[in-house]
Amino acid sequence: MDNNGANRIINLTRELRWQIGEDFHENLAEGIYADASEIAGHAVRREREKKKLRFDQKIDRIVTSATWGFPIMFLLLGVVLWLTITGANYPSAMLAELLLEKIHPFLKGLSAGIGMPWWLDGLLIDGIYLAVAWVVAVMLPPMAIFFPLFTLLEDFGYLPRVAFNMDELFRRSGAHGKQALTMSMGFGCNAAGVVATRIIDSPRERLIAIITNNFSLCNGRWPTQILIATIFIGALVPAAWSGLASLSAVIGIAVLGIAFMFLVSLGLSRTILKGEVSTFNLELPPYRPPRFWKTIYTSIIDRTLIVLWRAIVFAAPAGAVIWLISNIAIGDQSLAAWMIEGMDGFGWLIGLNGVILLAYIVAIPANEIVIPTVLMLTVLMTGLGAGEGAGVMFELDSASDTASILKAGGWTLLTGVNLMLFSLLHNPCSTTIYTIYKETRSARWTFVASVLPLILGFIVTFLVAQVWRIIA
Amino acid sequence: MVKMKTENNNVQAGCEGCAHYNAEGLKKLGVNLNDSDYVIALAGNPNTGKSTVFNALTGLRQHTGNWPGKTVVRAEGAFSYDNEKYKLVDLPGTYSLLSTSQDEEVARNFILFGKPDVTVIVADASRLERNLNLVLQILEITDRAVLCLNLIDEAKRHKIEIDLRTLSRDLGIPVVATSARYQEGIPELIQAIQGVASGQIKCTPRKINNVPKKIMKAVVELSREIEKEFPDIPNSRWIALRLLEGDGRIVEALKNGELVANGQ
Repeated sequence: MDNNGANRIINLTRELRWQIGEDFHENLAEGIYADASEIAGHAVRREREKKKLRFDQKIDRIVTSATWGFPIMFLLLGVVLWLTITGANYPSAMLAELLLEKIHPFLKGLSAGIGMPWWLDGLLIDGIYLAVAWVVAVMLPPMAIFFPLFTLLEDFGYLPRVAFNMDELFRRSGAHGKQALTMSMGFGCNAAGVVATRIIDSPRERLIAIITNNFSLCNGRWPTQILIATIFIGALVPAAWSGLASLSAVIGIAVLGIAFMFLVSLGLSRTILKGEVSTFNLELPPYRPPRFWKTIYTSIIDRTLIVLWRAIVFAAPAGAVIWLISNIAIGDQSLAAWMIEGMDGFGWLIGLNGVILLAYIVAIPANEIVIPTVLMLTVLMTGLGAGEGAGVMFELDSASDTASILKAGGWTLLTGVNLMLFSLLHNPCSTTIYTIYKETRSARWTFVASVLPLILGFIVTFLVAQVWRIIA
Repeated sequence: MVKMKTENNNVQAGCEGCAHYNAEGLKKLGVNLNDSDYVIALAGNPNTGKSTVFNALTGLRQHTGNWPGKTVVRAEGAFSYDNEKYKLVDLPGTYSLLSTSQDEEVARNFILFGKPDVTVIVADASRLERNLNLVLQILEITDRAVLCLNLIDEAKRHKIEIDLRTLSRDLGIPVVATSARYQEGIPELIQAIQGVASGQIKCTPRKINNVPKKIMKAVVELSREIEKEFPDIPNSRWIALRLLEGDGRIVEALKNGELVANGQ
């Protein structure tokens, strides 16, 4: 068609707009409401009894109350984490026993039997297989417990109540209240949380939500937190209390993450992302009894296995890389040893060490493999694990074995605490970075979102290390 | 599905007209989207169970959650029924189509420019009045729609009764009550979709009419002008409303001819 027609229509629109006046939008909205209530009036008959709704309101009055809202939130989070920590121990040990102590020697024997060259045997079995086996043993049990529990809460209708409770805090930090929902998604997976920010209308508030989503401790980092807390914090108190102490430490880190989310949101909205806070309607959906088995089934299939698969896909090449850098020698020592030595100085400054920093570089694709990498590199550097070649991930079937390796690697309570902090505050994994780029379509914001948490991590661990060394 | 089979075995004749009988012809095709005969959009308020309806039809297991705004991207799936293939697009849930947040635009643009053969509007039966707000707006855009009154089990629990016939007459489109999480009403829904898609059921959608005269006059005048330029357009009234509101995306579509690009 010709553009004249379109222009004629647009001109006529302009003319008519003068006639209909300013409150067009309101008039139209009211008109639609009037229609809706007329139609509903014809078709709906309701009996006066609405007991169920009142029951919903009763629950809401408690879980969204000023006094009980937050304690209940932390209590639920605590229960979910406690079930995860205590429930995951036993199956984890069993899986480690099976994959590392039964299948691994079997594979080694097999490769020796067919006369596989030592480097191929090392790369495939000591590198790739062990990395994958470790990820499965460490990750699968906590995820298979955490995800279904989280999904049950979600299906029950609790998440919007969390948003309701936190709305005021987000508003005060200049962010959108719906960020509470994207934050909750981030506790599962930051990439998913970043995608979920599409529910936020204003581009400014959406950017804030994207940049700060990384402060939600994601499922790849929960196991790290739990393990390190068990080894270093749990050991500080009598055995009877160690579970509670490590649990509190992990919750403390999660809450610290939320605090950083507010602080950074506030900082961004006062500086480079200035603007008005938008208002929105949040509907509190009715509580629905979750369909228990169906939820368990779908959350295991859809979430646990997909996330686990992703971890395996990233762990396999990482296992190869670890094996290679530990076995390729330059001069008198391996590449890994050179890198670790090079970073040890800076590592000491921030209360960590070269091993941890190298592990975080190798583990950029997935947070899940940080701990396996740390252990393997520590074994390599301390010369523990005699009888195995360089770059072999060590066989561990309990947290105390892990503890003895880490302590042999020169770890102290400060190293543990700062690793927990650094695990919270560092760059997002590569999947999340890619997702941020896809969502923002901006290299600049992707860069900010990736580097900002890392800088914060360096600052925080540096400060903690200095204060610690002065006091201790 | 198994239960339906045994019912059918007992009755030999006169079943062809019954939705349950025809449910035998339903094949859930998951993500197999090739060469579909019809495109079906799934729209509705947040948290009314759109994704559950989507899963019930396609056999997919898109994650569903009890919080508004769970679906932020379009999910696609397919099913076949009576040897015809239907592509199903699950749109983000929205309360209205009058603002410009990203999820509302995804939904609005698909219904307007994607020109689905049928738009299934999923509504929460126990919150009908609030949900009708969006229903009426969608009926301004398309005249091929089915209202799926979902969560009817919850409505019943709350002692809310809905007269489907009256509602269907007032809205001018088929109305089906479902409880998608228990697979109830899905055969009837599919039959209504097929009816509208094939043209067997003609819709005469209700248009918004409680608007001040002054505005109505302007809308009529403008929509007449739009129809003069685009004789085949089914939603000139709605385009007029959006133009009066000053919707930039619609002005653009008007200029580049997108509104009639693959008009029906």
